[in-house]
Amino acid sequence: MDNLDTLKSELMDAVNAAPDLATLEQIRVTALGKKGKITAKMKDLGTMDPEARRTAGQALNVLKDEVATALDARKVAMEDDALNAQLTEQRVDISLPVRPEEEGRIHPISQTIDEMVAILGEMGMTVAEGPNIEDDWHNFTALNIPPDHPARQEHDTFYLPGDVENRKVLRTHTSPVQIRTMMNNKPPFRIIVPGRTYRCDYDATHSPMFHQIEGLWIDEKTHMGHLKGCIIEFCRALFGVEDLPVRFRPSYFPFTEPSAEVDIGCIRENGQIRIGRGDDWMEILGCGMVNPNVLENCGIDSTKYQGFAFGMGVERMAMLKYGIPDLRTFYESDLRWLRHYGFSVLDVPSMVGGLNR
Amino acid sequence: MKFTVGWLKEHLDTQATLNQIVEKLTMVGLEVEKVTDRAKGLETFVVGYVVEAKQHPNADRLRVCQVDTGTEKVELVCGAPNAKTGMRGVFAPGGSYIPGTNITLKPTEIRGVMSNGMLLSEREMGISDEHDGIIELNENAKIGDRVVDVMGLNDPIIEIAITPNRGDCLGVRGIARDLAAAGLGALKPLANGPVPGTFKSPVQVHLNFDEATKSACPHFVGRYIRGVQNGESPQWLKDKLLAIGLRPISALVDITNLLTMDLGRPLHVFDVAHLDGDVQARMAKPGEKLLALNGKEYTLGADMCVIADNSKVEALGGVMGGEASGCTETTTDVYVECAYFDPIRTATTGRKLQVISDARFRFERGVDPAFLETGMEIATRLIMDLCGGEPSEIVNAGTEANWKRDIALRPERIKTLGGIDIPLEEIERILIVLGFGVGGDNGLFKVAIPSWRSDIVGEACLVEEVVRIYGFDKIPVVPVRADSGLPQNALLADQKRHSQARRVLAKRGMVEAVTYSFLSNADADLFGGAPDSVKLVNPISSDLDVMRPSLLPNLLNAANRNAARGMNSVAMFEVGPQFKGDLPEDQLIIAAGIRTNQIGSKHWNQGPRTVDIFDAKADALAVLDDLGAPAARLQAIAEAPAWYHPGRSGALCLGPKNKLAYFGEIHPGLLKRMGIKGQVIGFEIFVDALPKPKAKPSARKPHLNLPQLHAVDRDFAFVVNDDVAASAIINAAIGTDKKLITNVSLFDVFSGGNLGKGKKSIAISVTMQPIEQTLTDAEIDAVAAKIIANVAKSTGGSLRG
Repeated sequence: MDNLDTLKSELMDAVNAAPDLATLEQIRVTALGKKGKITAKMKDLGTMDPEARRTAGQALNVLKDEVATALDARKVAMEDDALNAQLTEQRVDISLPVRPEEEGRIHPISQTIDEMVAILGEMGMTVAEGPNIEDDWHNFTALNIPPDHPARQEHDTFYLPGDVENRKVLRTHTSPVQIRTMMNNKPPFRIIVPGRTYRCDYDATHSPMFHQIEGLWIDEKTHMGHLKGCIIEFCRALFGVEDLPVRFRPSYFPFTEPSAEVDIGCIRENGQIRIGRGDDWMEILGCGMVNPNVLENCGIDSTKYQGFAFGMGVERMAMLKYGIPDLRTFYESDLRWLRHYGFSVLDVPSMVGGLNR
Repeated sequence: MKFTVGWLKEHLDTQATLNQIVEKLTMVGLEVEKVTDRAKGLETFVVGYVVEAKQHPNADRLRVCQVDTGTEKVELVCGAPNAKTGMRGVFAPGGSYIPGTNITLKPTEIRGVMSNGMLLSEREMGISDEHDGIIELNENAKIGDRVVDVMGLNDPIIEIAITPNRGDCLGVRGIARDLAAAGLGALKPLANGPVPGTFKSPVQVHLNFDEATKSACPHFVGRYIRGVQNGESPQWLKDKLLAIGLRPISALVDITNLLTMDLGRPLHVFDVAHLDGDVQARMAKPGEKLLALNGKEYTLGADMCVIADNSKVEALGGVMGGEASGCTETTTDVYVECAYFDPIRTATTGRKLQVISDARFRFERGVDPAFLETGMEIATRLIMDLCGGEPSEIVNAGTEANWKRDIALRPERIKTLGGIDIPLEEIERILIVLGFGVGGDNGLFKVAIPSWRSDIVGEACLVEEVVRIYGFDKIPVVPVRADSGLPQNALLADQKRHSQARRVLAKRGMVEAVTYSFLSNADADLFGGAPDSVKLVNPISSDLDVMRPSLLPNLLNAANRNAARGMNSVAMFEVGPQFKGDLPEDQLIIAAGIRTNQIGSKHWNQGPRTVDIFDAKADALAVLDDLGAPAARLQAIAEAPAWYHPGRSGALCLGPKNKLAYFGEIHPGLLKRMGIKGQVIGFEIFVDALPKPKAKPSARKPHLNLPQLHAVDRDFAFVVNDDVAASAIINAAIGTDKKLITNVSLFDVFSGGNLGKGKKSIAISVTMQPIEQTLTDAEIDAVAAKIIANVAKSTGGSLRG
């Protein structure tokens, strides 16, 4: 048996020392091939007596397996080394920039409207829309602004051709959609109206076109407490400030009675405004209980139905929320501005997923 | 509206601090815009007595003054021409800050004399632009007293915004009344006893109107006062007017301004020497002229109410007096006018003539129609106090407008509309302090509206009055929620399409723009033109004078502006309205976009490429697909409006009539006219023209039938005439066996070579999906032969050899 040990160590040394796959194959043939050393010894078994053949046979089989395993292991190791050597050759500069993928942007006005709809939708309000070119009755008269009313002058209205009685106007607010909704449907009403509005005024803080969002909530029992509830929750959710102070000041609008303006808390420092609990106030919207005349103008029984309405500038809210300094830049379509202040496609506002990423 | 705290306290008995007053004003609806504390920074200045002022030894224009400051005697050098011995001036000690010159005083040697302080001009104090000399204080001013006290500067100025319904708060007294109701003190009684006249007025008043115009001036109170002396006003009156930004003129004029600001009661005083006979209120004759007190001449119209004498117009009723009969220092006999002018007519007149005045501002918001005679008595007393004279009996023309009315208030409406429980006695108290009369019984208030509250027209107004004074901040907050547990969808299906279109296009690399709904008529003409009905009468500028017929021109101009900033490749879209008329149905929501020049940028692995029509087609298809357009029925036809390239544009339709989108290259000639360089593609999607989404019975998707067998692909190349649409070949291939053929993709288009002129080769790959058993070669060959036959039949194409 000594010579089996010698053979084993001789073969194992050869396997371990083999420099390449060809040598390894040669060793396999030398040991296990038809004329291999182990094969030869297997053939010798036939000459032995049964007892010795059994013992020697077992030893030979063990040796055969060991050598075969060693050969395989060595082969796999060699192939791995060869592959690794080849892969190392294939190294790239991983700092190279990737292929560009252009992602677009959602305009902050659209995004802000989506945010507002997400909040107010949660309260059970649905979106209503109406035409940009309105008639005088829907834009003014029905809203309790009769032809002689001073408030008409304050609206800086754009007019379209026609005699004074019948001329169309570019809607000066989204409120005519309240009228259209109430005339064509039955109460209760819970609507939000986002849209383009127009005033004949252009300077650093006025644009001839801007956006408003309007809310209308009418039923048989809604009072000013509900108005406060709606607005306070809305402001806190929109600005993401849980303890945002919200203040209601008496004011005047022809279409509401009582009327209020709403201020939210802010901090002014270094010429910048931050929305939150501070020692200052920022006026953000107008609201009130719908004037009974407006309800009656729409054929709604004002002794039975009542409710609130509110309206605000979308750009103004976007400016306050996102720190956008200049109103006019919203419409300039400067790509640099749109990319900076715009929003990702995947940033879809919802109350469940959040209004901000 | 401006007033000082001291002025307010003439009407309001209160211990409230400035902060309490300011806070309460805002919370009752009189929004404080600004509080100016004029004393701030001036507290160290004291009354200095010039013991001696003598010529500076080394300077002609300077004087050396010995000044007694109450605590010491200091020597200073002064350059003012009016510095003289015995005067009292405003002394600023060394170390104090001079606001008007922005310097801090230090003892300085001026031409060899030490100067240890300064005597100040108004400009140096920062209270006006006056710099002709130093301030000369009243000789009764106590030496060493604080100048802010002596000059009345320790009285802060409050500026508030008055909403258009609160004409009654355009006088300090109205503001005081609101504050009294809100619990900040008590309204003091008004000293308004009559001044007996001693003679009958030689000037009478006539209201010369017809039935249609008599509302212009229904009531006119006049009074003749003779023997007045019209000098400067006393200091208290000048200080009051100056504090609120009015320039003192003469005692008579200042008195009218005082009544305007104090009681919201504008008056006018005519110099009788320049009046021709009686006074009349009438409508102007067209073309009549008036040189007004502001120095401007106005040409009047027949709808304007004037005050005239026998020969000419003397004043514009409720707006402004005339120069000719205005008071001067030589005036001795005056005629005082206290009238009621119609708010709407006053507003219209003022607007037409573009005259803004304190009187107009009040009349157009409604002055108290029951305060004419009282106003006259108060004015008379002031004139007699300040100018002397002897008043006539009052002349009364016309009658007080009928302002008396009652409004019923159900007290429970405070709760059911205002949202707050307020005790009955508090409701009553608030109304009474505000001047309302409260009667009624059985739990129903009968509220008498005071003459000065023309804005109160219904029960809701009374609820507002009570709740605003009680405090909006006290109304308990009630959350609002959807009527039924979870809210319904906020967006209707077709509204949702607009925001969906936005996100699809942004996902495709386009940036959303929001551009104006208007543009220039010239640009509109390039895109089909705008009908006259959407041309603005009063555009903000000629560049923005019509409503847009298409979204493309504004986007193209935006691209041009970006190109001017060096950004030559733009991918931009907008979702918004376009207008083909002024009716609601003429206003469509469109999703439109443009791409200019290149897609992508220089990159080591893949370079940029030039945009082409198929980018536009892809954009349009992506949106339509996402919005649920039925892909199988969607056809591309080579028809598009004139602003597209005639050979490289098309429309996507559902049937021949219903166009859902246009796409293509923008016409190069049009681009040239708009000054746009390079290649531009665009699309316009008629989002609202899509069939309304059908309500589905369930959200369930169709059953997925996964074939067990391998699909087989076969490639074909057909040679067809140039004008054959690729889609015709694809349709013919698919139509061969709609069950078996699941996909046809077009992978090569080739022309030229040995195909010959007017021919092209189209290569397609056809996928056959066996369902039950594997296709044999013979079966595949049979289908292929049918495909070739079908294509040949419908397009004339033959298999390429």
